[in-house]
Amino acid sequence: MSEQPMRISAPFDDATARALKAGDHVLISGTILAARDAAHKRMVEALDRGEELPVDLRGAVVYYVGPSPAKPGQAIGAAGPTTAGRMDAYTPRLLDQGLKGMIGKGYRTPEVVDAMKKHGVPYLAAVGGAGALISGCIKKYTVLAYADLGPEAVAAMEVEDFPAIVAIDAEGNDYYEQGQAPYRRLGETAHGR
Amino acid sequence: MREIQAEAISKAVAELAVRACCHLPQDVYESLGARRAQEPSPAGRNILAQLMDNADIAAREQMPICQDTGLAVIFVELGQDAHIVGGDLNAAIHEGVRRGYVDGCLRKSCVAEPLFERANTGDNTPAVIHVSVAPGDGLRLRLAPKGAGSENKSVLKMLTPADGIEGVRQVVLDAVLAAGPNSCPPLVVGVGLGGDMEMAAICAKKAAVRDLGSRNPDPRYAALEDELLELINRTGIGPQGLGGETTALKVHVEWYPTHIASLPVAVNINCHAARHAEAIL
Repeated sequence: MSEQPMRISAPFDDATARALKAGDHVLISGTILAARDAAHKRMVEALDRGEELPVDLRGAVVYYVGPSPAKPGQAIGAAGPTTAGRMDAYTPRLLDQGLKGMIGKGYRTPEVVDAMKKHGVPYLAAVGGAGALISGCIKKYTVLAYADLGPEAVAAMEVEDFPAIVAIDAEGNDYYEQGQAPYRRLGETAHGR
Repeated sequence: MREIQAEAISKAVAELAVRACCHLPQDVYESLGARRAQEPSPAGRNILAQLMDNADIAAREQMPICQDTGLAVIFVELGQDAHIVGGDLNAAIHEGVRRGYVDGCLRKSCVAEPLFERANTGDNTPAVIHVSVAPGDGLRLRLAPKGAGSENKSVLKMLTPADGIEGVRQVVLDAVLAAGPNSCPPLVVGVGLGGDMEMAAICAKKAAVRDLGSRNPDPRYAALEDELLELINRTGIGPQGLGGETTALKVHVEWYPTHIASLPVAVNINCHAARHAEAIL
């Protein structure tokens, strides 16, 4: 693991996705896809009906975000990560479509981690609640689909040096667990999460 | 009898919404700095520094600290000798929320009903309003935008008296462990004890949005606040759940008398963006 940030570009190829290790600090440049709860639900419903998705997920890095509105002259408002766990029910289906990376915050279910390992996909954490700081890394925000969902629409984001930490890598190593263990002092009552 | 214009209430609420969402309260900012100085985890210190940078940028650019500008939760203390004229109180508050969120470029995160269409109301109304009547002729408005990452991890348990303080500790610890990184630690943890079901929850919410410098006036409950904070900071969760000793900035306890057979415990979790702003009319 590296605390010196590594510069990587998005979308991810297989090699990039698999090279990221739990605890690595990265700065991402390129294009990522914004999607969260309602968009995930719609995409999976479209797949259930046998329809094409409105965006190509092959190699895509999805960022779980619902930004606040841009003021005049800004590309976007505050844009920190939202809780990834709410997407868990839908995530394996999107990984089957070629999704290669996810950015959010918080724990994932074992089912999602299994699907990540199967497809060689890492999950990265951005700093939750640092919406104004992250906003400065987003240079362009273009709605691609489901515009009626407002802040929940699917959008392309052009990012420069977007900071994130690899929370769970493509082998299933979990940096939440690794990072917390040295500081856990609950004694007999310790039962983790 | 003193008259308060409904329009003045709307104006004040709109201003409070923008102030609360874009300006991290000074007490929270100072607490982040103090904890950063003590945090042994390098990653944890780094995150605490980023949160302070984030607050600086938000204030400078009048941008929300966090994109989840929440439901607008408003505690209203209405003096019994005050008379509201030119409109009704609830409508005036909703109008203020509408203006604050629309004109202030805050995110609209309210859906019209919870289960079926879940259509966004488009202006973040309605607000969640709690009114109490107090002596005097003033009107105190305390607005706390409450995001879902933290609110979703709140807990209510109806303990019984035999569960005692150990039961309370376990409910709080379990809630914090379940929240983990999802609720954006370091947290401010509001604990409501006693009352009945909804009174415990309201006490917890009031505790979660209290000023960070404050302590429960009863020394036994103030000691419980310290003890619970110490316990939470031994979970190892740390800033953003990536490990460290700063899992919470503060624990606040509020209580109410309760039934001889009851010990309700509510835990309302607030994230590090522990936003609150107050105005007195």
